Amino acid sequence: MTTLLDYCSLVRSKNAGPFTLTFDFMCHDQAAYDALVASGFLNRELFADLYGADPADILLVNHPLALAVKVSLPRPTVQGDLHDGDCYAGQQYAPLMDLTVSDVDEEHQA
Amino acid sequence: MELRILAPTGALGAGFDAAAFRRGVAARPHVIACDAGSTDSGPAALGSGSPKLSDQAVARDLRLLLTARDELGVPLIIGSCGTSGRDTGVDRVAALVRDIAAAEDLRFKLALIYSDQPTDRLQRLYDTGRLRPLPHAPEIDRELFTRSHTVAMMGVEPIQEALGAGCEVVLAGRASDTALFAALPRMLGADPGLTWHMAKTIECGAACAIPPSANGLLVHLRDDHFDVTTLAEGSRLTPRSVAAHTLYENADPYRVAEPSGTLDTSDATYEAIDERTVRARGARFVPADGYSNKLEGAELVGYQTVIVGGVRDQVVIRRLPDLIPFAKKYFADKILDVFDGAVDPGDVDIDFRLYGDGAVPATAEPEPLHPRELGVLITVTAPDQATAHAVATFVAHAGSHLPIPEYDGLVSTLAYPYSPPETDRGPLYRFTLHHVVTGVGPTELFRTTTEEL
Repeated sequence: MTTLLDYCSLVRSKNAGPFTLTFDFMCHDQAAYDALVASGFLNRELFADLYGADPADILLVNHPLALAVKVSLPRPTVQGDLHDGDCYAGQQYAPLMDLTVSDVDEEHQA
Repeated sequence: MELRILAPTGALGAGFDAAAFRRGVAARPHVIACDAGSTDSGPAALGSGSPKLSDQAVARDLRLLLTARDELGVPLIIGSCGTSGRDTGVDRVAALVRDIAAAEDLRFKLALIYSDQPTDRLQRLYDTGRLRPLPHAPEIDRELFTRSHTVAMMGVEPIQEALGAGCEVVLAGRASDTALFAALPRMLGADPGLTWHMAKTIECGAACAIPPSANGLLVHLRDDHFDVTTLAEGSRLTPRSVAAHTLYENADPYRVAEPSGTLDTSDATYEAIDERTVRARGARFVPADGYSNKLEGAELVGYQTVIVGGVRDQVVIRRLPDLIPFAKKYFADKILDVFDGAVDPGDVDIDFRLYGDGAVPATAEPEPLHPRELGVLITVTAPDQATAHAVATFVAHAGSHLPIPEYDGLVSTLAYPYSPPETDRGPLYRFTLHHVVTGVGPTELFRTTTEEL
């Protein structure tokens, strides 16, 4: 059983302006990046389910030079609005860390 | 051609290392630039006009920047003054600059560039269909502009105009962070792709260094590449750390929108020169069909009073989710009763946030958390502070005596750390705009004043 920590040296959520929530998944190394991308774990449906977004509004970009995957979507609550609980959106990645990443090539596990 | 650009810090007032800054000054940069604002700390700065950082912390950084600028005889450009870039933020930083100039006997020509947008102009732009929504923008109407505060975000052009008029210190209202670093190189004819990529790389200071810090970066911008160097002792840059900075606080790492076009880094390459320096090349700048300036707005929502408490008893923790709707109904009736109908319960929001049980994620937790202890944050939001406070007093009182079916007598259900339990938090603001103004000239929305110090 592997989690994002097995692939990533940094998982981060941030505001990209007040109306967009963005996630950065920075991998340990080339092998971890290749394995994470190949696993297909980070996909639009996952983020649509967890963050209540329309899959059509979700941007998912692989960045091989940064060994990173980036996902951006509409912020579930606009930054700082009534009932927003995370002004910097800094802890919104947390539920992802509890999930199991499956379909992993054994030799790429850290 | 070689231009040297010094980015002393990611945010004016964050407090950069003076020794690292001196290393940058020793390289004799052609311009020093830094940003003093952001929307990242929320709508309060724009709504209220109050900056996020203290005058003391901003003045500390300004003194170092102004004396180094004087020594070098080069321009100093500071953008988004006072966090929001409102006119009041520019005036506040200008007052600090005048004090420092007098105390240190510094002489220079100062430009103040203002970004506030008057209501009648915004309504005219709205009426003529020149406000274009960006992705995920909220709905707006023309009345919004009578009750909110709006700034426009400038590109390089108003700054270049000030530099062209001989201004040596430029204090800009709301500005694109990258424009501060791109203004002088673009004026001198540097390649637009390299210039905007360089600007995006250094706009947060050494945020892209290992370890990240509030310290500075120095750029050597040449004809077909730029070299970026980290200045703090013990910090490093790698091709990967520089490439990765295009991801930071940005929706799309390959495309960054500016008023005059889009930076495209998809063909950019990065190579290590040494432990502290990375060379980048290959980014392109694609000019836009028409010029546009982004708008940012904020309006007052109401006033808040907060109550903090905790729960440890498992019986209460289990019952609380069912008791909260019951309590809210009771509070609505109580508002009608206490204010004798003068306050509509629909105008008062009473929010319970249960820390330990899914208060942090914006959407529902995938699995139940089964907390053993709960932190409870109750926030009352009302049209005025007095009403929020009055409602909070009875919410705190009744909220600590919720009826627990398992228990026969009166039980205190919430542990309050403070006496009194309620604290007035002040105004709540909200962001109102995610739009650009189209069909404008690059300096049309901004006003510049100059003075000799």
